[in-house]
Amino acid sequence: MNAPERPREKTRFDTIGKPRRRVDGRAKAIGEARFADDLVLPRMLHAKLARSPHPHAIIESIDTTRARAHRGVHLVLTGAEFPVPYGIMPVSQDEYPLARERVRHVGDPVAAVIAVDEQTATEALQLIDVKYRPLPTIASPEEALANPEPRIHDYGERGNIHRNQSYEFGDVEEALAQSDHVFEDLFFYEGNTHLPIEQQASLASVEGDGKLLLATSTQNPHYLHRQLARVLQMPAARIRVIATPNGGGFGGKCDPANHEFVVSKAALMLGRPVKICLTREEVFYQHRGRHPVLMKFRTGVTQDGRLTATHLQTLLDGGAYGSHGPASTFYTGVLTPVTYELPRFKFEACRVFTNKPACGPKRGHGTPQPRFGQEVQLDKIAERLGLDPAEMRLKMVTKPGSLTASWLRIGSTGLAECIRKVVEMSGWKERRGRLGSGRGLGLACSSYMCGAGVSIYWNKLPHSAVQLLLDRSGQVTVYCGATELGQGSDDVLAALTAEALGIDPGNVRCVTGDTGITPIDLGSYSSRVTIMMGNAALQAAGRVRELLAAAAAEALDTLPDRVVFSQDRVFAADDAGKTMSFIEAIAAAEAKFGTLAAVGSYAPPKPPGKYKGAGVGPSPAYSFTACVVETEVDPHTGWVTVPKIWIAHDIGRALNPVLARGQVIGDVYMGLGEALMEEQAFRRLPPKLSSALVHRNPSMLDYKSPTSLDMPEVEVALIEDPDPNCPYGAKEVGQGPLLPVMPALANAIHDAVGVRIDEVPITPEKVLRALEKREKGEAPRVGPESFPPVPYPQPIFVLPPWEGGDGNELKGREGRRAA
Amino acid sequence: MSAVPDRVHLRLVVNGEDTPVSFAPYKTLLEVLREDLGLTGTKHGCELGECGACAVLIDGEPVLSCLELAVQCEGRDIQTIEGLAKGTELHPLQAAFADLGGSQCGYCTSGMVMTAKALLDKESAPSRERIKEALSGNLCRCTGYQQIWESVEEAARVMREAKP
Amino acid sequence: MRMPWFRWHAPKSVAEAAKILAGEGPQAMLIAGGTDLVPNMKRRHQTPQTLVSIRNVSVLKMRANGAGLRLGAARTLTEIVEDADLRAKYRGLWQAAAQVATAQLRNMGTLGGNVCLDTRCTYYNQSHEWRKAIDFCLKKDGETCWVATASKRCVAVSSTDTAPALIALGAKVKLVSAQGERELALADLYKNDGIDYLTRRPDEILTEIALPDAAGWRSSYWKLRRRGSFDFPVLGVAAAVKLAPDGVVEDARIVLGAAASRPFLVEKAGAALRGKRLTDEVIAAAAEATASRAKPMDNTDLDLYWRKEVVDDFVGYALREVRGDDVSATRLRIARQAL
Repeated sequence: MNAPERPREKTRFDTIGKPRRRVDGRAKAIGEARFADDLVLPRMLHAKLARSPHPHAIIESIDTTRARAHRGVHLVLTGAEFPVPYGIMPVSQDEYPLARERVRHVGDPVAAVIAVDEQTATEALQLIDVKYRPLPTIASPEEALANPEPRIHDYGERGNIHRNQSYEFGDVEEALAQSDHVFEDLFFYEGNTHLPIEQQASLASVEGDGKLLLATSTQNPHYLHRQLARVLQMPAARIRVIATPNGGGFGGKCDPANHEFVVSKAALMLGRPVKICLTREEVFYQHRGRHPVLMKFRTGVTQDGRLTATHLQTLLDGGAYGSHGPASTFYTGVLTPVTYELPRFKFEACRVFTNKPACGPKRGHGTPQPRFGQEVQLDKIAERLGLDPAEMRLKMVTKPGSLTASWLRIGSTGLAECIRKVVEMSGWKERRGRLGSGRGLGLACSSYMCGAGVSIYWNKLPHSAVQLLLDRSGQVTVYCGATELGQGSDDVLAALTAEALGIDPGNVRCVTGDTGITPIDLGSYSSRVTIMMGNAALQAAGRVRELLAAAAAEALDTLPDRVVFSQDRVFAADDAGKTMSFIEAIAAAEAKFGTLAAVGSYAPPKPPGKYKGAGVGPSPAYSFTACVVETEVDPHTGWVTVPKIWIAHDIGRALNPVLARGQVIGDVYMGLGEALMEEQAFRRLPPKLSSALVHRNPSMLDYKSPTSLDMPEVEVALIEDPDPNCPYGAKEVGQGPLLPVMPALANAIHDAVGVRIDEVPITPEKVLRALEKREKGEAPRVGPESFPPVPYPQPIFVLPPWEGGDGNELKGREGRRAA
Repeated sequence: MSAVPDRVHLRLVVNGEDTPVSFAPYKTLLEVLREDLGLTGTKHGCELGECGACAVLIDGEPVLSCLELAVQCEGRDIQTIEGLAKGTELHPLQAAFADLGGSQCGYCTSGMVMTAKALLDKESAPSRERIKEALSGNLCRCTGYQQIWESVEEAARVMREAKP
Repeated sequence: MRMPWFRWHAPKSVAEAAKILAGEGPQAMLIAGGTDLVPNMKRRHQTPQTLVSIRNVSVLKMRANGAGLRLGAARTLTEIVEDADLRAKYRGLWQAAAQVATAQLRNMGTLGGNVCLDTRCTYYNQSHEWRKAIDFCLKKDGETCWVATASKRCVAVSSTDTAPALIALGAKVKLVSAQGERELALADLYKNDGIDYLTRRPDEILTEIALPDAAGWRSSYWKLRRRGSFDFPVLGVAAAVKLAPDGVVEDARIVLGAAASRPFLVEKAGAALRGKRLTDEVIAAAAEATASRAKPMDNTDLDLYWRKEVVDDFVGYALREVRGDDVSATRLRIARQAL
């Protein structure tokens, strides 16, 4: 495989770095972008799902007789039609399209009606008779730990523990014992959900050749494709999945979803197109959002504010299914050492099942929770040691090219520059502590991956592939399985291809997210698309350019490596008078080599860690962010307002600054929503009267997403330090900038009124409670008070690079003794 | 009691065109636009009046088509996103949203643009605060609104300059 | 999410509408803007067989100046907000109307509709399927009030913004039916019962809202909610004060919204103000008297104890605004907009 084109190879850009209309901008602005629910086919039928009203119950019987007899109903499906389970991760194949024996949360689908229209299907749902035998409700992680029976699933670690793991990199207790200070803090991060404005929709049909076509709002058509083949027991080659443009994803459309299997099966059974569109309430049941996480941080520091070790324990409320849970569990720990030099690190993480909709990946996947704890704890450390929180952080940022205690390779890092930038923009040094009563500034930092180093299913294959096709009409078509969520993946693909070929991005046609046509890309998750798809695209473009250059060199009477591509033309580098149009170059190359096409692909570098579990956390590069939040707190009511936010993001290189800035502000928006008001919360009715456990706020009115009146102005700085592993140096921007917002707000509130809210969301009621505690002479803090006993396993023990380790775990007695 | 009819027939004025349409009488304007007239540019995010994605203009004012009964709309002037461009020439709002990041996933865009159009039809130079207020009934999960405000300001500028 | 089937009438006069209501009985419901009824019908809270639209009844859009101001019930909330004369004279009502829901919903929703808004509760404003999962509740299809399981009365919360402001201003309403018409104080339109929350009979049409002369009165409305738009109030404080030229309070009314199943006048608060100047101490006394009457329940957004704790702050904001203090910074923080 060719090395990706290095940024140093190109110093002047035609397209990259210039603000541009995104390639899909026009279609979206005129209402022509076709989302899944916009699709219509002749003879199309409509599906609705019957869902469980019980949080936990055995299905004793389902009688669909009356529903099937209802006028206009074509088909009624139950779990009997779906014997094969699925799940996004190979180790968690625990879902069925329609529940077979048991329902595990209110909203779990049990049957489906396919009818002539939605109204008829909805009417028929009421005619399905399901007999349930309720089981005890498990509503919280504490209940899950205390009640190994009934088990929500018959797999997992034991009882209702889904995943349980422990890692130790160097002797942490020893380091803590030798520290000048040890800080112990508990934090809680409430769950929340993605809330894309688009409700998921899918349209399944049988194409003329008898193959299944599913057009659906998904972020990961490739993984869905594999799961469809498995569940429908059909060869994958007879299934085509088209990811329609997503009306927002944020991680919520990563998992294969019940309704996608249901409409596929129904279309195959009926030979007619079948569509479904979830209601907003159903989107809340599909969920897969942010895990509620309880955290305990024990961190040792030296007197001058350098970290010696951190021991992190997390407890995740996973909800009713595995989803991405095994990865989420890892992510509550693994990225902790990436931002600051941390000589030793231990993390223990446990995910339990509860009778609520399954949690999964949401923007930042597993990382915002510990980042909140870590960054608030650092603020407490700085306060105790009398250090400036920005200066303290600056002194210990990780170094470029270094390894963490856990063997993650840090590539480029602009974190120090990010900190300096937000300090400057916000007037941190002059304004902090001088804003007057009730006003404050808070700072926090973060880092995120540019793509997961390992695929969700184990393989040695490329993570992304691109095919490029040129013809004498001048048309350049680029094919890739990556999916557009709004983040601008199509624009990245067009921009990189255009830059590499010296043509206008408007002349590049992107064909994406179609498993029937496009080469495989693993999907739009883990901030991987720009880096992985981008490197694959540059490789393909590089290969085509070689052919073009060879043909053009002959025509221009120069050497192939002296051919320059720019502004839709081809030039001889030493004589600008020797030139031809790009179309002429194509014709010349087509005449010389035949039809012009090339493929490119990309797989991330092998991670340095070799221990079991070392596959989670490595990434080709890491992005870094620093953020300052200004806040005003009313001391009488605890009411919190945020007038301004400054954020600096180390993006490597901004391919299209308009989109990059938009991603950063969008991240800040979502982070601020989580920090202040968003909650996926549940109501447990009095257990003596009812076993009910229901979503508190499954609507866009009651789930509080900030409006344009609630959003402060955001000042963005993009720090550009090109990363050698990334296309033209471009790192991720879709997720990382969300992470520092919540802790920066918490730290700002402390600066404003001197109270600590160690819990997200930070509601006025919590702030007022903390203020009242201070009045009473109690510790001015609101947050979790205790951490339940969790039976974490013996840690896998790995020596850090600087303690003589080789990246492997210490086995057997040696490892236990070291631990 | 008279029976409920299966379908009703009436004429809607959509984007300036007199449009006869037949539909089930329980349908909202949103459902008739999308399902019976094929105008899928108008989106839906909640169907309960809680997000603004389905905003269209009726008699020049933005309303939520998910709560508007189609039977109530006979003879009223309905404008949707499809009617905004002049041929292939984008409305300044559409161009600004496409150029300046006002649209990311694009799903809230139709409702956002139509609401902004009603504002700019009345006020040629609204302040940032005024824009924030006018658009506060349209949720966007992607942009954090800032590039939307900037897009509306840019469109207002372009429209002012286009006026003699 | 679809509407159920219904039959449709669009009468052109109040008399015609009243006749249809009388003929159809309680299975018929009035619809004006539809912003409350349509979501409720989609969630099957109400499933009237007949809808009687009053949009084409032009007299219901009327506006008449006299000694006071008479407003047709079908005037939209936007028409209220854009009424410069009303804004100047009845500022509390204007502030309340300007904070209802969102701009689009104010374009659709009417003043009469907001006054008659169905009471709300987190156990009620959910889909039929959700409510099945809690075996329904007292307000609709069930037997238990899940907010207060011992309660025999539904405690769903009155969530109208305009009614507290209107009551503070001394508004009256006119109800018309096939049998005749009656006028009553708006305060008497309400009952403290989450189910049977209006004294209006199903065959009656609320046709107009009449405000007395505003001379000498100053008013203010403060709304507590999580966001700057969309959200219903979780607390509404309306204050109207008549000041003598020397600054002594001649008359005063403080009305609480979203604190019970009806908006209600806090007599003690008015009494604490009458005959006194609006000093900080007097304001504090009125605020405390008001706060003692607020008994929020755990059936809407935000923590109920906190909601009770901030009642006195909100009364203070309203009275300081009436006094003439510059409260714009506080207003901007709470309402997220200048009002």
